[in-house]
Amino acid sequence: MSAVRTRLPAPSEWSFELIDRYNVEIGRVAAGYGLDWYPIQVEIITSEQMMDAYASVGMPVHYHHWSFGKHFLATERGYRRGQMGLAYEIVINSSPCIAYLMEENTMTMQALVIAHAAYGHNSFFKGNYLFRTWTSADSIVDYMIFARNYIAECEERHGEEAVELLLDSCHALMNLGVDRYKRPPRLSLQKEQARQREREEYLQSQVNDLWRTLPAKDARPEKGDARRFPPEPQENLLYFVEKNAPLLEPWQREIVRIVRKVAQYFYPQRQTQVMNEGWACFWHYTLLNTLYDEGVLEDQFMLEFLQSHTNVVFQPPYNAPYYNGINPYALGFTMWRDLRRVCEQPTAEDREWFPELAGSDWRQSLDFSMRNFKDESFIAQYLSPKVMRDLKLFAVLDDDRNARLRVSAIHDEAGYREIRHALSEHYNLGSREPNLQVQEVEVRGDRSLTLRLNEHQRRPLSNSAAEVMKHLARLWGFTVRLETLHEDGRMEMTQECRGSRH
Amino acid sequence: MVNVIDRRFDAKNRSAVNRQRFFRRYRDQIRRAVGDAIAGRSITEIDNGERIGIPAKDLAEPSFSLERGGRWETVYAGNDQFQAGDELERPTGGGRGGKGGAGQNGEGEDEFVFQISREEFLNVFFDDLALPDLVRTQLEKITEYRSVRAGFTSTGVPSNINIVRSMRGAVGRRVALSRKHRERLRAAEAELEELLRTADDSDPKVIELREEIERLRARIEAVPFIDSFDLRFNNRIREPKPSSHAVMFCLMDVSGSMDEEKKTIAKRFFMLLYLFLTRTYEQIELVFIRHHTIAREVTEEEFFHSRESGGTVVSSALELMAQILRERYSGGGWNVYGAQASDGDNWENDSPICRNLIVDAVMPMVQYFAYIEITPGEPQNLWREYLKIKQIHPHFAMQRIETLSDIYPVFRELFKKKLI
Repeated sequence: MSAVRTRLPAPSEWSFELIDRYNVEIGRVAAGYGLDWYPIQVEIITSEQMMDAYASVGMPVHYHHWSFGKHFLATERGYRRGQMGLAYEIVINSSPCIAYLMEENTMTMQALVIAHAAYGHNSFFKGNYLFRTWTSADSIVDYMIFARNYIAECEERHGEEAVELLLDSCHALMNLGVDRYKRPPRLSLQKEQARQREREEYLQSQVNDLWRTLPAKDARPEKGDARRFPPEPQENLLYFVEKNAPLLEPWQREIVRIVRKVAQYFYPQRQTQVMNEGWACFWHYTLLNTLYDEGVLEDQFMLEFLQSHTNVVFQPPYNAPYYNGINPYALGFTMWRDLRRVCEQPTAEDREWFPELAGSDWRQSLDFSMRNFKDESFIAQYLSPKVMRDLKLFAVLDDDRNARLRVSAIHDEAGYREIRHALSEHYNLGSREPNLQVQEVEVRGDRSLTLRLNEHQRRPLSNSAAEVMKHLARLWGFTVRLETLHEDGRMEMTQECRGSRH
Repeated sequence: MVNVIDRRFDAKNRSAVNRQRFFRRYRDQIRRAVGDAIAGRSITEIDNGERIGIPAKDLAEPSFSLERGGRWETVYAGNDQFQAGDELERPTGGGRGGKGGAGQNGEGEDEFVFQISREEFLNVFFDDLALPDLVRTQLEKITEYRSVRAGFTSTGVPSNINIVRSMRGAVGRRVALSRKHRERLRAAEAELEELLRTADDSDPKVIELREEIERLRARIEAVPFIDSFDLRFNNRIREPKPSSHAVMFCLMDVSGSMDEEKKTIAKRFFMLLYLFLTRTYEQIELVFIRHHTIAREVTEEEFFHSRESGGTVVSSALELMAQILRERYSGGGWNVYGAQASDGDNWENDSPICRNLIVDAVMPMVQYFAYIEITPGEPQNLWREYLKIKQIHPHFAMQRIETLSDIYPVFRELFKKKLI
């Protein structure tokens, strides 16, 4: 370790050979810190391809849909006019982990991206429990190939428009297409294809069974004893539609399933933004600084790197014109850095707040938190008073029953816990997104489906809900209703949308 | 150790399909935007791409989400003045609202803006005008070519074989390849004749010579009459058409009855003619003449946007056109095109004068003259007089127009000719 290492050149132009050498050095240091990652695949792409990748939410393969075209146009406009730089990297949660490097980047930027994406994000994907439970890194690319081919085939068989309408409806419900608690089975291309056909036949027979009305003349009384369906409220709307929508054809069920799978795949990313980005920033910072301390990196490399780094992790104050909420990179990076500090140089305050962390081995402690938390719980557990002071956090309560806003807590002794709670709530998808569940299906009557909104903090649904209900009605095929359970226990029928298929 | 893959040369435009689908889906909105763009453009700018804005709410992708309202506690960074318990006014306009809040803002300002290319722009423009595909491709092409002869080549399609050249080559080859054998044949024949004087047929030398002669004849015979090597084909290469300049006269009635809508249709008519002309001529001058009872030459801006009222004397414009033609464009080398738009109203006694003017002064000078009458009503006297011209002059086109798609037939005759 102590041997004098050769210094890596830092020209502005990168080369394949240099990328390899930097990667070897970064990988060596990362292994020294005990990081564990999927095999790495670095792909060099042009800015145009980066925009393509943006448009298909980073997936190397994706089915076709107009909305991706829209995103592409939006990105292209922003980029061409220079309003917006492209992200320097996109990394895909797959095994091997694919990291894109843009050809325009300088050598320093490429090294930064490698450290950030190929080691930081990569190890997070491999370690965090959400990703481990809910995504299958080794089969996602295969699955997307299956999805694209299947949808293309459907377009040929049933017409582009029919498929597009279906996809529109599925996309509208995508956020409600995830299992929050149940673990989906693993997928692989061959298995998926083989099982898909079986499923098609089986599903159809199941659905028909549910809706069978013939043997109704049995002895049971008509009313009162009617079995409730579903027996328990269902949170995964797309799953429910896939399995139970009366009129969908098998291919339509399969497409619903595909969208649901994609939603499930991205669900962990939505829940770990702060942790994941913070983790990647923490590691590119730590890895590159370690290399610099070893004498491997040039001063000029460090200057360029630090400039980019500080831009990324900068948190503008609330009154800055470009303030756009809490920057997840800044918050995450600060918190991970602070965790390490608590382990290594705990103060009296830290000992009081984090007795189990203070003085522990920082690598183990960080590894533990990376594996077992998501944003909400991570903040609730680890947001320290020092971080709150450093970022000067304060909470503002906006209650529509009060005429004025009220500052509910600031970064002081009295406010730490309140702020920590408020910020953790902010990253709680459960309270940020409406809590909607399938409440009941009228199995014997008009086959209507009732969705219930369990109101939280009296927060109303946005206007687009009416549009979404139309999409739901299209999928379900019969009338769909939306009822709201207010916090004071009142029940209100909010919307009704008649199904009109074909 | 690390797997580096260079993807830069992979297929580009992975999003092309998605982009196309986006255009298809929002065709109407895009068409409307293109329509606005055309109204705002000068005729000569028709050939560019365009920035298109579509109201963002039209292409929102809805999803269930929560709105501002009820109880929200939000954390901000960078506290510089607040203490717990401070109260502040609720900011208006939702500027600082963070999540939710959308929909309260003015909706008009939220536009989804993107750039479409020249091809895409023209496509929409053509869609409106119901142009046949063949004409479209003609127009979308930047330069026109014609094919000219350029010597001969050794490869080509059978229909292009040049027989004289090929046969000449074959003869030459046959002569060259059989020369040695012919010489030897002649010598052998002479030798045989000599020998036969002294010897008889059974002489072994005679037999040997005869066999050799036989062999040589076969050899010569074996040289093919024609070989693929001899074939010559007429060669044609594509050469850009020599272009010269043209002048396009735009005549429009601006009397009170020509409202904005009619002018918009007229504008597209002029644009389309201009576009056709740009394919053929490198330089096009535009002359704008507007008239009510008297005619005036004006700028494009004035031509389309100012409005006058009064009666209508069409002949005044034609007279002015004839005068300008004489004064400025009488020298050779000018291709003159005329386009006239009107709502058909004319002073009764003026129409025969118009006809005479067109027949005598205008038609001899122009390549083509197109007249459109933008009106839903019955044809007037001007139309009837013009019908007579059409019978005499094949280069005179006229059309009554109610919608945009009626414009194209005016040009049909013109471009039938060009397409050959």
